[in-house]
Amino acid sequence: MNTEASVVELVLESDLKNVEVAEEVARRVSGTAGFDEEDQHRIDMAVHETLINAIWHGNKNDPSKSVWLRFEIFRDRLEIRVRDQGSGYDPKGVPDPLKDENLLNSSGRGIFLIRTFMDEYRVESQAGKGTEVILVKRLNPNHSSDQ
Amino acid sequence: MSMKATLRQVDGITVVDMSGRITLGEGCTQLRELVRDQLGKGSKHLLLNLADVTYIDSSGIGELVSGFTTVSNQGGKLKLLNLTKKVHDLLQITKLYTVFDVYDDEAKAVGSFGKAET
Ligand SMILES: Nc1ncnc2c1ncn2[C@@H]1O[C@H](COP(=O)(O)OP(=O)(O)OP(=O)(O)O)[C@@H](O)[C@H]1O
Ligand SMILES: [Mg+2]
Repeated sequence: MNTEASVVELVLESDLKNVEVAEEVARRVSGTAGFDEEDQHRIDMAVHETLINAIWHGNKNDPSKSVWLRFEIFRDRLEIRVRDQGSGYDPKGVPDPLKDENLLNSSGRGIFLIRTFMDEYRVESQAGKGTEVILVKRLNPNHSSDQ
Repeated sequence: MSMKATLRQVDGITVVDMSGRITLGEGCTQLRELVRDQLGKGSKHLLLNLADVTYIDSSGIGELVSGFTTVSNQGGKLKLLNLTKKVHDLLQITKLYTVFDVYDDEAKAVGSFGKAET
């Protein structure tokens, strides 16, 4: 279908103004992978939320720390990795924003949205190595593309 | 591209025409300050017109919720007008759609403030 590389890598300084750059890349790459407009927007939002968490919670807004992003298109899926230089976290400990007692909280919906928009959300944290979040969105098996 | 908010007074209700991005950073800060300023001036009836909002994230949703609770705690009301499909879907997914009073007709929305007050 095209000869575009199936891997795109970016390194961003921890600054919120870089988030829109990453969104743009996320939309382009997901378009190239064959996702429709609606899925492109979902992937854009998932990358936005993951990146903001990496900058905000992971790197604590420290401009000397960076965030590493990697998009890889496979025949059946798009895989996105976002790595920060923070101390990691366990997503199991994050409260459910849909519970009645959390409904009016002013935060805590990012990971929920990422999980809603993507097919897989995994976190690999290692002390001293920061956090790597892996997002996977599967392509519709009958989407049109020459391998 | 960030957020823009223009205020109008309609029958004692402050209608806020918002456009652009309500996201972490500038957009959210602007919304928070706007709500605070209005409450400071004694305007407790706010109708946020979200027709031209292009992007809202988890922080933006959180800011809407904070605005809603802050205004309610002061005896006022914050309601939403003209949700785009994207914003509508986000509020639905996060179970907030029924928390907010949502309208797609400005006159009806403005009229609803008085009624609920009596
Ligand atoms: N990259 C990260 N490094 C460290 N902690 C993280 C990271 N990402 C998320 N977290 C933790 O998980 C929690 C939940 O994240 P989530 O995005 O769901 O909500 P939030 O960022 O607190 O609020 P918001 O609704 O604005 O996104 C965060 O408060 C933070 O404690
Ligand atoms: Mg977040």
